Amino acid sequence: MISGAEIMVKCLQKENVSIVFGYPGAVICPFFDYLYQTDIKAVLVRQEQNAAHSASGYARALSKVGVCVATSGPGALNMITGIATAYMDSIPLVCITGQVKSDVLGRDVFQEADITGACESFVKHSYLVKDTADLPRVFKEAFHIASTGRPGPVLIDVPVDVQQAEIEEFVYPEKVNIIGYKPSVKGHPMQIKRAVEMIAEAKRPVICAGGGVLTSGAKPKLREFVEKTGIPVLSTMMGIGVMPSDDPLYVGMLGSHGLKAANLTIHNSDLVILCGARVGDRAVASPDQVVEHANVIHIDIDPAEIGKNMKTSIPIVGDIKNVLGHLIKETDYKAPAEWVDKITKWKEEFAPKPQFFDGFVDPKSFISKLSEMLRPKAVMVADVGQNQIWCANNYRIRDGRFLTSGGMGTMGYSVPAAVGAKLARPNRDVVAVCGDGSFQMCLNELATIAQENLNVKIIVMRNTVLGMVHELQDIHYGSRYSITELDTIPDFVKLARSYGIDSAFASSNEEAEKYTKEMLKSDKPFVLVCNVHPNTSSK
Amino acid sequence: MKYTLSVLVENHPGVLSKVSGLFSRRAFNIDSLAVGITEDPGISRMTIVADGDEYVIEQLEKQLNKVIPVIKVRTYAQGDFISRELSLIKVSCPANKRLDIMKIAELMEAKIVDVSVNTMTLQFADTLERFETLTDLLKPYGIREIVRTGTVAIEKDSASRK
Repeated sequence: MISGAEIMVKCLQKENVSIVFGYPGAVICPFFDYLYQTDIKAVLVRQEQNAAHSASGYARALSKVGVCVATSGPGALNMITGIATAYMDSIPLVCITGQVKSDVLGRDVFQEADITGACESFVKHSYLVKDTADLPRVFKEAFHIASTGRPGPVLIDVPVDVQQAEIEEFVYPEKVNIIGYKPSVKGHPMQIKRAVEMIAEAKRPVICAGGGVLTSGAKPKLREFVEKTGIPVLSTMMGIGVMPSDDPLYVGMLGSHGLKAANLTIHNSDLVILCGARVGDRAVASPDQVVEHANVIHIDIDPAEIGKNMKTSIPIVGDIKNVLGHLIKETDYKAPAEWVDKITKWKEEFAPKPQFFDGFVDPKSFISKLSEMLRPKAVMVADVGQNQIWCANNYRIRDGRFLTSGGMGTMGYSVPAAVGAKLARPNRDVVAVCGDGSFQMCLNELATIAQENLNVKIIVMRNTVLGMVHELQDIHYGSRYSITELDTIPDFVKLARSYGIDSAFASSNEEAEKYTKEMLKSDKPFVLVCNVHPNTSSK
Repeated sequence: MKYTLSVLVENHPGVLSKVSGLFSRRAFNIDSLAVGITEDPGISRMTIVADGDEYVIEQLEKQLNKVIPVIKVRTYAQGDFISRELSLIKVSCPANKRLDIMKIAELMEAKIVDVSVNTMTLQFADTLERFETLTDLLKPYGIREIVRTGTVAIEKDSASRK
């Protein structure tokens, strides 16, 4: 005989899960108890939201499904923001929650919450398991759904009695059979042919690459396509890293917080090739204006994204890797030199400018400098707020990853995501950059970092305000700083040290660089606090 | 414009909430939703009548297709399908009006399924247009209650072989 809890753990083993991020509670105890007896590592986060963020950082750094586990009621509810964050950025997660006994479901017992109902609109799929015998199929399907097609979080809610009940034997299904779920990955040959013809006609083409390129593992293919055709590349925030920042054909991030050169490029183009980008409002504020002068080829694995926000001339549903492979084979196009030259001029003319204040670190030039100091495959995790924009526009990425909460803009993402990324990639530099606002939303994870002795470097841009909104108040609200001033900021250096984590305070770029050099030499975690002037702008 | 969609779904608990949740979060306006098991007991059919332009209906189709237990989505072209709705209409009916209402029922091919001292209840299964004609005819007598199933539709054989 075998219990539901044991089956759950065995399913994780079958899926080659080696690590889960979680927080315990009464009704998930059977699962954690069995997990304890295996070699799957369980990382205790300090709040359930961070379990999902850590699993997300892990999943993105390793291109593998991340697993997070919480108990019923408040545990599951805390995790929601993390699940929704993963959903918006198409991150493959399997989220497991304990649930109260199935015979009292719906009676509002202690720590009961309808988590499958609450998460309906931001999970790719969810299960409330009522029968122990269903567990193997549910887990098999959950991992399959989370990781294929357009990835996303899948929730499995398991009542405690289902974990405790026993069945005869454990058989893990070899295959999944979900009749309504067959993502198309190949790309229609006819559409690809039309795309090749349309590209051939283009005078001012541009590629707009989103997170889908990275999800699909299409980065090498994209680089090959760009090399062959010479078509310039813009990226969305989620797409940062598709091209090395110093590539002459890479323009930068577009959008309301992006580089002017990138926005000029898309608005002057006559062909936009969207690759795994969903044309979010932050990336293209007015898609209608773009389609007035440009044709659009949209490549995405999710048909619902094509035509949702931007009118498309040629839709291609499929895995970008495959589609680009065909395009590379079939095109012999070369982008006109005058178009590329024009963009290069814009890039030079509108490059981000540093802002130096005495006694403060200029975050823009520091981030740029930091990129050179990190090893090429480093994982950079930016939080949300001005720090995110500073990083997006100034981090010179090479062959590493840039992780951030792009779609949801969830403050407090960076530190827990860095925890996950470090556990996924122990041999790479992992740096989290956050503001003093976002850091205070996730600094409880310093305890996780200390407990796991993770070599995560945290850089806190301490500007004593909630900078993004503060800046918005300057522009739109007559500089009335309604609740954006952080009057009481703890001494972050002392705070970090109280967790046994070394820390330093920098008041100039020279100091910041000096401490960075030191912290990168050590294999211990470090919190570098940078004093940033509150008037430093995002761009 | 009104569109009629036929959605085949796995017959599992929770599927209806996944589909109906979609309408509110994507701000789709639907007129009616009728669900029932098909000839295959593992599969249910939802017939949805939705209001919107081509963009909205295309989005609705695509978003429905993303729901994992949704097997197939079809938007029926005008004239390619038969649609019916079952309604029960309770109308005020003192003894001296009975004959009038019976005549209307006969004319419209509605069935009288309940009679009381002051009311008469009609069962009617037909198109939306005919339903509106019937209710117009009954209004002067005082309609007390109407219960409608929502439209169900089936594709004409000639259309499905196109």
